[in-house]
Amino acid sequence: MAVNPSAAAVTFPRAVERDSGQPVARCYQCQKCSAGCPLSFAADLKIHQVVRLVQLGLKDEALSARAIWLCTGCKTCQARCPNEIDGARVTDALRVMALRERRPAEKAVKDFHFSFLLMVELLGRAYEVGLILLQKLLTRNLTQDLGLGLRMMARGKLRLLPSRAPGAREVARIFQRARELQ
Amino acid sequence: MKYGYYPGCSLHSTGREYDLSTRAVLGRLGLEVEELKGWNCCGATSAHSTSDFLALALPMRNLALAEAQGRDLLAPCAACYSGLRQAAAALEAGEGRALVAEEEQRRITGRPFTGRVRARHPLEVLSVPDAVAGLKRAVRRPLKGLKVAAYYGCLLVRPPRAAAFEDPEQPRSMERLLSAAGAEPVEWSYRTDCCGAGLAFSRPALVGELCSRLRVEARRAGAEALSTACPLCQTNLESRGAEGRLPVFYFTELLGLALDLGGRGSWFRRHLVSPRPLLSRLGLG
Repeated sequence: MAVNPSAAAVTFPRAVERDSGQPVARCYQCQKCSAGCPLSFAADLKIHQVVRLVQLGLKDEALSARAIWLCTGCKTCQARCPNEIDGARVTDALRVMALRERRPAEKAVKDFHFSFLLMVELLGRAYEVGLILLQKLLTRNLTQDLGLGLRMMARGKLRLLPSRAPGAREVARIFQRARELQ
Repeated sequence: MKYGYYPGCSLHSTGREYDLSTRAVLGRLGLEVEELKGWNCCGATSAHSTSDFLALALPMRNLALAEAQGRDLLAPCAACYSGLRQAAAALEAGEGRALVAEEEQRRITGRPFTGRVRARHPLEVLSVPDAVAGLKRAVRRPLKGLKVAAYYGCLLVRPPRAAAFEDPEQPRSMERLLSAAGAEPVEWSYRTDCCGAGLAFSRPALVGELCSRLRVEARRAGAEALSTACPLCQTNLESRGAEGRLPVFYFTELLGLALDLGGRGSWFRRHLVSPRPLLSRLGLG
């Protein structure tokens, strides 16, 4: 891989180490993380490769990886890393950077997080029906999981109407502060 | 000792039967709980995926409420549990990001979180030796012949330093409880593998692959049912992927069945894969 020395080659690894709190430079590519990662089979890059891109300062490649959006945060990589690097916090940090640059590689995953958090900001708690409807609108996929949703509703697993939790106002202020601190 | 009870959002909706069975089992075994007043969503996967601040401040508000009410928190949802534990661990380690989140939530809510109370999982509380002995004495209908695969998923055991209350690679607490209830836990290798969790709505096919593999492996080990301790795991395992469908219980439902607790009809009828044929065949219906 040709490495073009650029400003990002220096600043990007430092920014990721700072935002994730993880000593990314320590990684020596033993690949224990990727061996245990449940999404290795499905992602464009394995987690040890994502970490390598960060070390090399290859910002564009790292931020456009689908892998950072497919990470479920299961922390298997963290539990097994001999260098105490939490790969899931690295992907967390990279996702936030990708969002800031408005280029999420997995739009449906991003839309889900956005929909989920909007409900929490408005109501203080999750609201599945609202989140599902909003995500359907955003992804324009109206039929997905329709049958499942109806079956869950029939079994009393989904509340039709939203309710605002006591304390929702405090929660909304926490969200507001999150935006101010960004 | 009375615990605060943090149901989290799922136990009020998709995981209602987990809520009902947990409260019933805790009550029968003499563990008093009271729902945390004014609790909020822990933020789950979506918070840590998009904002480190939210991932810390949202759980901390709940911990601060628990501290003000003077009680440790029982959190049956593995995702909530891990979120609460990770926020508390980051604060205890003095991480700057956690200090900032605590200070901000304190400024907004007027309630501090200083680390005086802890979040615990019902699996931990119920599987200590005294509690297992108490369970054994209270069992009225041993789950004879029920071959079940104990499934822990991710967040009860990881990240180990913050969340695990036992060996994170080889947990045994659920097997101990299921054995005490008279069931036969099987040996299998996928007990702490991920179900796909929060990707269920955005990448359902992927989650289906993960869940199919878990069910197929549980069956290969001889299990006729799965036992879970997380509403995301339970829902995904019941609803995602086509292969190896089998009943997926919450571990508290199985304990409640062995304890012959009333009201369990309203737990089992909520399942997407009915456990009734299996239970009838074993004479446990």
